[in-house]
Amino acid sequence: MSADNKQGALYGLLTEFESPSLLMKAVEKVRDAGYSKWDVHTPFPVHGMDDAMGIRGTQLPFIVLVGGLTGLSLATLMQWWMNAVDYPFVISGKPLFGIPANVPIMFELTVLFSAFASFFGMWILNNLPKWYHPLFTNRRFRRATQDRFFIVIEACDPKFHPERTREFLVSLGGNVVEQVNESAED
Amino acid sequence: MNASVTDTYDNTVDDPTRPQELILGGQDFTTITETVSDIVLERKTPLAWYVAFMFTSGLTGILFLMIGYLFITGVGVWGLNNPVGWGWAIVNFVFWVGIGHAGTLISAILFLLRQKWRTSINRFAEAMTIFAVICAGIFPGIHVGRVWVVYWLFPIPNYQAMWPNFRSPLLWDVFAVGTYATVSLLFWYMGMVPDLATLRDRARGRIQQLVYGVLALGWRGSHRHWHRYEKAYLLLAGLATPLVLSVHSVVSFDFATAQLPGWHTTIFPPYFVAGAVFSGFAMVGTLLIPARQWFGLKNIITVHHLENMNKIILATGSMVGFAYATEFFIAWYSGNPNESFAFVNRAFGPYAWAYWIMVTCNVVTPQLFWFKKIRTNIAIMWVMYIFVNIGMWFERFVITVSSLSRDFLPSSWAYYKPTLVDILTFMGSWGLFFTLVLLFIRFLPMVAMAEVKTVMPIADAHSGERRSVGDYHGDIPAHVRKGPGGGK
Repeated sequence: MSADNKQGALYGLLTEFESPSLLMKAVEKVRDAGYSKWDVHTPFPVHGMDDAMGIRGTQLPFIVLVGGLTGLSLATLMQWWMNAVDYPFVISGKPLFGIPANVPIMFELTVLFSAFASFFGMWILNNLPKWYHPLFTNRRFRRATQDRFFIVIEACDPKFHPERTREFLVSLGGNVVEQVNESAED
Repeated sequence: MNASVTDTYDNTVDDPTRPQELILGGQDFTTITETVSDIVLERKTPLAWYVAFMFTSGLTGILFLMIGYLFITGVGVWGLNNPVGWGWAIVNFVFWVGIGHAGTLISAILFLLRQKWRTSINRFAEAMTIFAVICAGIFPGIHVGRVWVVYWLFPIPNYQAMWPNFRSPLLWDVFAVGTYATVSLLFWYMGMVPDLATLRDRARGRIQQLVYGVLALGWRGSHRHWHRYEKAYLLLAGLATPLVLSVHSVVSFDFATAQLPGWHTTIFPPYFVAGAVFSGFAMVGTLLIPARQWFGLKNIITVHHLENMNKIILATGSMVGFAYATEFFIAWYSGNPNESFAFVNRAFGPYAWAYWIMVTCNVVTPQLFWFKKIRTNIAIMWVMYIFVNIGMWFERFVITVSSLSRDFLPSSWAYYKPTLVDILTFMGSWGLFFTLVLLFIRFLPMVAMAEVKTVMPIADAHSGERRSVGDYHGDIPAHVRKGPGGGK
């Protein structure tokens, strides 16, 4: 990564830390400095990071609730319509539609649809899969999934300034501050 | 272990003033990453792996040959006879589904219970769940007789304008096992994505980078992603917990809703679930002990982890023993002659040999785990796991066959014997199971690296500072963190 960025626009600046405790103090400073387009990249979810970054809750549980209710209604309607309306037949003296015999499938489909909602909902909210990202062009960043901790401030942040933000990141005390461009140089 | 001072830290010692360390050998994030991902990326595949793979895929071949023979000829190739219409196929189905339960228990229930030691073994156990459910799914599919109309199991519009009977427990089973397989797969894959990203970032070969890159979905460890990811993980754990309890309950309904003495009991759902967890933990142990030995994971999957598993085996094994006793008591107490006969026949009838194998393996031997020396002895516990595997297969055999072979009408009583096809099909399912396990060990991260890192003392962002007690991640306070795992 050389300093000149003829290939593509500036994506942002990153800085690297060795441990969660060093990272945590720096993260609080970034939050308090008022940046909004920034992120922390860690090999595992660091406990307490939500507060340090000032992240609020996610709407995922509501998506899952909707998924679960869909599964429950679908299972109820399906069993009622198929066994009591479209092709009614009496077997072992059981009613055509009765809650006790239909509970297991209602439960299973509630769980199934809730699980789909939480799995796919999470990826959609996270804007993944996304196989290309400017950060992947940085070799150092490969350790973000292994043993290093990164703070990235994006160039599109209203408070971003190439020099002042760089100085701010240097003041946080990380290993290095590097520039990341929108597209790879090679 | 004697009292002499050694440089190996024994994390099985119960000292209430000091939490046991989960990860040994002075590991940090780098060494954990290297230990686990090098198995997949760097290490040369050992010759033994190829030999084992040849053997297990040969057995898998036999499985499919036997299934082909069954399809061409019909279920007469099995040892089924007139009263015993459910033979090994159903026994194997219940056995394999049960095995899977340990994986979900470890990944979901122990997660909700904040059992941090689960992180070392959950990936492996979840993989085992999926492979066991695949093996289980084969048997009901092939034992329907007319396989060409097997789609009748599902609510698919067909030319007869006919729908499945939703009031039958056999159909509940289709939905329960189907949901279970799907949710387990989602949970397993979601848990693996951060580790697949680690493999992507460490891979040096182009093909490896490409394959792991695609599978990792572009994961880049963003904390804004982690935030929703952890919420989704918690939700899936919360969903999988009642699910896993429901699956073996529904499997037990296949028996319990029938009128047959020995099957028609209300104790079946909890009894089946306890048995399933019991057998599943034994299978996890059976596979984990060689894996940790051969792939250098002894510092990540420690004796402490195995001891905890043995405690669960002891607890669930005792529940199973209690259920056996309760069944007998109720058979006598109910005053129902058919019920009493079914149980006396189980213990002293033509299948007494199977019954006593079951009791020995499931009730008697696990009680040895009360002794700490045995609970922490690798060789003995491995033998005990094998016993449990055998015992739990026999439990399903005893339940299924002993009740059927002597039903209400003595003139129709018959002794059931499996044929060679039955035996080879079952062995073949082991081949399939082990083939999948071998592929998993070779190509996927065996330990959940990201999750293990969260339970290491150095993962605590406030290390060195005053911190609240009972915090979820990194419960080991700094002043006791003096063992070899204490940072770099």
